[in-house]
Amino acid sequence: MRLAELVTQVLEIVAALVAAPIFLGWVNQCRAWLQNRRAPSIWLPYRNIRKLFHKDAVIAENASPLFRAAPYVVFGTMVVAAGIIPSMGTRLPLVAAADAIALVGLFATARVFVSLAAMDVGTAFGTLGARREMMVGFLAEPALLMVIFVASLISATTALPAISEHLATQTLGLYPSLAFSAIAFTLVLLAENARIPVDNPATHLELTMIHEAMLLEYSARHLALMEWGAALKLFNYACIGFALFVPWGVATGELGPLGLLVAIPALALKLALAGAGLAVIETVSAKMRVMRAPEFLASAFLFAVLGLLVHVMLGA
Amino acid sequence: MAHTTFDLQLLNACAALLLLLSFAMLSQRRVVTLVNLLAVQGGLLAVATLLLAWRTGQHHLYFSAALTVALKAAFLPWLLHRLIRRLEVYWDTEPLLNISGTMLMGLLIVVFAFGLAQPITQLASTTTRSAIGIAVSVILLAFLMMITRRKAMSQVVGFLSMENGLFFGAMSATYGMPMVVELGVALDVLVAMLVLGVFFFQIREQFDSLDLHHLESLKEHD
Repeated sequence: MRLAELVTQVLEIVAALVAAPIFLGWVNQCRAWLQNRRAPSIWLPYRNIRKLFHKDAVIAENASPLFRAAPYVVFGTMVVAAGIIPSMGTRLPLVAAADAIALVGLFATARVFVSLAAMDVGTAFGTLGARREMMVGFLAEPALLMVIFVASLISATTALPAISEHLATQTLGLYPSLAFSAIAFTLVLLAENARIPVDNPATHLELTMIHEAMLLEYSARHLALMEWGAALKLFNYACIGFALFVPWGVATGELGPLGLLVAIPALALKLALAGAGLAVIETVSAKMRVMRAPEFLASAFLFAVLGLLVHVMLGA
Repeated sequence: MAHTTFDLQLLNACAALLLLLSFAMLSQRRVVTLVNLLAVQGGLLAVATLLLAWRTGQHHLYFSAALTVALKAAFLPWLLHRLIRRLEVYWDTEPLLNISGTMLMGLLIVVFAFGLAQPITQLASTTTRSAIGIAVSVILLAFLMMITRRKAMSQVVGFLSMENGLFFGAMSATYGMPMVVELGVALDVLVAMLVLGVFFFQIREQFDSLDLHHLESLKEHD
């Protein structure tokens, strides 16, 4: 069944590349509906990316090679991450390359490159955005690691597909530890993907922006890759969430075409629900001041550690 | 772990939620919300008691569940709300430590409490013994809340939350205390609450505020 595994691996990466902009479009569409606006097309992120690829790139005179390389690094790390996360099947050839902790490291690499590139040109906005991004990042990372540790403790492994497989096949029950870490993970997802309580993805000219501030100097294909990378990051986070907290439907064990036939609609359904849920969260919550972000992420860390402690104490 | 029965899972979930509520109280600055959280804690305690009563068939636990609902989930919060309205204290001032610091300290306390409860857990023979650690941490977190708050109101809430923790501890270690003791404790808490209510008015009359810092000096300054 080596071939089937290879097929799943390729399919998973391609699906991530294709579905990520659609997922972003779906979230934006849900948000628009909830806010009584006319919804943009679900294909809008695609059109945006195509438009950007057809433009000529303008790069600041004092930009170093790092500035040009960063979009490719960011996009590359996100594609590799998509290959490691078991969104459809758990038997993946690439999995031997990295476990869940290395996955967090991959995200950190992308973050460092985005921030370095933002500071490279030396504009005030870029530096400001980079510093904020690093602040959010260094607080979100331990929380994410703790979430992964809870799942690792339960399934006695740090390889994400093995965790997912274990969680999918264990008996159904109430797991307070997993519930706590699911809350923590949602908070981390919001912070890491520049969603509303922490950052506003729709803003372009405000002093409060984080992610957009770092991309201000980019244009054309570089910007396209950056935006595609950001969409992929959101997609990857959603898939990590599915792998840890709703692993049902993923093709476990020996892969067959039948497993994939179940896995693909299951993934689509989960993405649709998660996108709608994300839109609801973003609509009901207000953007908080940047200085409140540490408190927000401290509570994420708290939830994750509580999950860990509850698991150690109650074994549940 | 995966083969525990459903009611035990529910009990564990209750215990976990109690721990979470303790942290929510620790992070809360508004006194009104604090009292509401206390009421929820009382309600959750009653649910846990009911579950345990149903599971073990101990009839006196039904009485204590009823007592918990009446006293801790309804009457005491109502009394506190009334006091808040009369005294017009809706906000606590900034706690002595900032919220994130208190949270981290709370986590350390929980780790300490779990360590502390480990030997007791091994001695106890009840099926709910693993929740003893959570009860100890609820007690210690309430302590922490009383230490870091300045206003009398939050300290009283901390005191009541501590009592809830003790109750939960007794429940998970030995399936509850004898009925007489439980009634006595409930009466004690009730009387303490009423006396403290009178005390609040006295404190405010004397110092024009409920800040307990004023009580630290023994003599009046001249």
